[in-house]
Amino acid sequence: MVEYFTQHILSFAIWLPVLAGVLVLFTANDNKPNVTRWLALAGSIASFLVTIPLYTHFNVADGGFQFQEGFQWILSFNINYHLGADGIAVPLILLTSFTTVIVVIAAWEVIEKRVAQYMASFLIMSGLMIGVFSALDAILYYVFWEAMLIPLFLVIGIWGGPNRVYATIKFFLYTLLGSLLMLVAFIYLYHQTGSFEIVDYYKYPMPLNVQVLIFLAFFAAFAVKIPMWPVHTWLPDAHVEAPTGGSVVLAAIALKLGGYSFLRFAMPIAPDAAHYLSGFMITLSLIAIVYIALVALAQKDMKKLIAYSSISHMGFVTLGFFIFNNLGLEGAIVQMVSHGFISAAMFLAVGVLYDRMHSRQIESYGGVANTMPVFAAFAVFFAMANSGLPGTSGFVGEFMVILGAIQVNFWYAFLAASTLIFGAAYTLWMVKRVFYGEIANPSVAALKDINKREFFILAILALLVLALGVYPQPLTDVTNATVTQLLSHLAQSKLPAGL
Amino acid sequence: MENIRYDLITALPEIVVLSMAMLILLADLFLKQTNRIAIYALAQLALLVAAFITFSTHTPSIGYGFTGAFVDDAMADVLKLMIYLGTSLIFIYTRQYIQLRNMFRGEFYALVLFSVVGMMIMVSGQSMLTLYIGLELLSLSLYALVALDRDNARATEAAMKYFVLGALASGMLLYGMSMIYGMTGSLNIADINNALMSGANIHSVLILGLVFVVAGLAFKLGAVPFQMWVPDVYEGSPTAVTMLISSVPKLAAFAFIMRLLVQGLPTLAVDWQQMLMIMAVLSIIIGNVTAIAQTNLKRMLAYSTISHVGFVLFGLMSASINGYASALFYIASYVLMTLAGFGIILLLSRKGFEAEQLDDLKGLNQRSPWIAFLMLIVMFSMAGVPPTLGFYAKFTVLQAALQAGYLWLVVFAVLMAVIGAFYYLRVIKLMYFDEPIDHHPIQAPFDMRVTLSVNACALLVLGLMPQGLMSLCGYAIFKSLN
Repeated sequence: MVEYFTQHILSFAIWLPVLAGVLVLFTANDNKPNVTRWLALAGSIASFLVTIPLYTHFNVADGGFQFQEGFQWILSFNINYHLGADGIAVPLILLTSFTTVIVVIAAWEVIEKRVAQYMASFLIMSGLMIGVFSALDAILYYVFWEAMLIPLFLVIGIWGGPNRVYATIKFFLYTLLGSLLMLVAFIYLYHQTGSFEIVDYYKYPMPLNVQVLIFLAFFAAFAVKIPMWPVHTWLPDAHVEAPTGGSVVLAAIALKLGGYSFLRFAMPIAPDAAHYLSGFMITLSLIAIVYIALVALAQKDMKKLIAYSSISHMGFVTLGFFIFNNLGLEGAIVQMVSHGFISAAMFLAVGVLYDRMHSRQIESYGGVANTMPVFAAFAVFFAMANSGLPGTSGFVGEFMVILGAIQVNFWYAFLAASTLIFGAAYTLWMVKRVFYGEIANPSVAALKDINKREFFILAILALLVLALGVYPQPLTDVTNATVTQLLSHLAQSKLPAGL
Repeated sequence: MENIRYDLITALPEIVVLSMAMLILLADLFLKQTNRIAIYALAQLALLVAAFITFSTHTPSIGYGFTGAFVDDAMADVLKLMIYLGTSLIFIYTRQYIQLRNMFRGEFYALVLFSVVGMMIMVSGQSMLTLYIGLELLSLSLYALVALDRDNARATEAAMKYFVLGALASGMLLYGMSMIYGMTGSLNIADINNALMSGANIHSVLILGLVFVVAGLAFKLGAVPFQMWVPDVYEGSPTAVTMLISSVPKLAAFAFIMRLLVQGLPTLAVDWQQMLMIMAVLSIIIGNVTAIAQTNLKRMLAYSTISHVGFVLFGLMSASINGYASALFYIASYVLMTLAGFGIILLLSRKGFEAEQLDDLKGLNQRSPWIAFLMLIVMFSMAGVPPTLGFYAKFTVLQAALQAGYLWLVVFAVLMAVIGAFYYLRVIKLMYFDEPIDHHPIQAPFDMRVTLSVNACALLVLGLMPQGLMSLCGYAIFKSLN
């Protein structure tokens, strides 16, 4: 039994939450929501525990895929159920299963209608996203990638805000368009190599013009998901309308799917195109970092502000990818994990306020620190982390990427570093307007401070942000070998001989 | 004498179904309305017996009967089994609906069985004449079925439209066939192919004949620019009949194209490939874009059918074993999805109420989460989103087209699929995001609920394990074309 488990950890990590989600669906009874809640919590915690061995049993010296398992799935097209995780996937898998626990707790009393469907959506989505991070077969990956859209589509559409239908359909169609172009690229590669194994694609040499087309097809899928400027417009809409849990999952994990996929597909499959187009990618990243930060400054809606801040921070991630050095790439991965914690916390904080006041507008608040001192302390801490204060995880990733960028071009680093100012500006200005000053109105005066449940989740996230900021080595140890291996792969040209 | 016996054995399933249809017509005269359920049982029995015969006499080899005008090969057997299954599902889904609308009579079952015989003959036709007779038997039964609800003016109008345009298409088909006959001197598919291989013929006359044949076929399939009848007939017919028209006959039409174009006229492949390509592209555009503007669920599904037909043509125009197998896989998936989709529409209808507006689906998740979930699977499957069967249907067709070198057409089809996704998502939006306006309890017989659940869940299960169906389709095509 134990042996079976250790050989199929990834399968357990994927299918346990999915199974738990289906079980939760069968407890659908809004009159007795507590059964559902406890079952969902048990399911999510079990799913999280299952992923821990991925970290503890990880061989840090090995940069390749570990925990591999698989069988032939669809013989007609040589499609395999092939799973495996490397140093980039493992932290993101843990982030996913951890975030699901947080989301379940955060929804505890907040979600009152159709509790079972809500909880089940998040559990199933968690399994599917772990599937995306661990699939080593292109079609298996694609199935997980697309399937996770379905629960997220429903979550935003059912429990979202007033404009939810527009937001969720926009989100779905945007992502679908990109993904289908990626599917065409997969089919093309299949006809060339006779396989859907990702590793076979790594070895397959292609002329530059083909590589560029393949890269652009992947770009369409991943840039939308990250999202990069100028295909980011679905994100603020989706975030604003989504319920708190939806925003948390979107920001903490769904965006990482895009970043992860660049490292798994676009760059290693078409490395020459990646180098060829790196100027283009860096330009888009810098526009995201600087311009979107300025856009964030102008927001009146707290969730929208954090959504734009997410896009700006993800700009750092893509910048780190396309400067092709160790610091940049490691920094980008740290930034992805750190942003997972910080953005989750920021959205939870807005959720705490929204649950009490039913407004996300900054102008509805003012002086909240007077009535909610504990909560204000947390909020200020996460705001600091969001703007990259040293000692928090937000600093580590950004600093590494800036250091990496300065090795390539001073101006890249200069523009990227400007976000430390802009980021601080929009975050702290929002904090100032919401938490400090005079108590703005009677409803703020009537606010109650956070309860034990809210304290618990914010405290855990705060500890993680602090821990990663002070001592990021447990994370970088895991990613190090994989990053080195990936960079050496990217340094080799895949152009066929003679071209 | 030996020959006759062999002929009869190859056509035994057809004979069984036909005899049962006549028996039903006769028995219907002597049955009271309360006992009429026996007719239903007889009809199901006919399909069961035919399925048993087809299955047990199946061999991978090709057998000819009636001096080569009738063929019994793997493709025929597989398609016939699919037709039996589809029709059986239709009988289960429609029983309550037609009972409540005073259509629960012997004629309904006899006509459906006649149309099944027509489809079976099309599937096994190996001569242009056999194919044509099968097609006419199918079409005439369908015209009558559309008009079966005599007092319904809308249905009568739809039947007239269907009949007039259908007769025109049959005429075109026959005209085209006559030219091919004139050039090759034979009605037999294999002989036509041999005559064309040997070369002595006038290309321009053949092409003219081919154009007419393809136009006639496109009409029956409902491909653009011959799609005008589809939305009106879908909307006007009683939903039970719409369900029939939109599902199993597509399997027979596929067989017709395989027999005539692929087996009979492979030497003209370059020409019919171009025609199919144009129709595929137009069908996908018109089907998907026009569906967005529909408020009537049946009309929306009609345009959705047109776009699905476009995807099937995508597979066929690849003109390779891979392409034909993927087209068959697409059609089979499509039939399964359509049956489930119309099954749910029938389930939501009740006495004096037709659930045919999109708004009738509003808030279904609150009225019945399970049925809403089933419809969710059907819609995502039609949109081609994994992990449903519809994804693999699109996947196989697109990979066949890409293998044949149509890269930019594939990219185009993919973009259109996104547009298509929009109106499927709208259905889900109505069911899940909106409040119900209709609060009637949903009543349906137990067997219908169970079958419908199995049917819709099969889309999910086959989406997780599509290998079986893929192998079956590959086997059918591979054994019949080699």
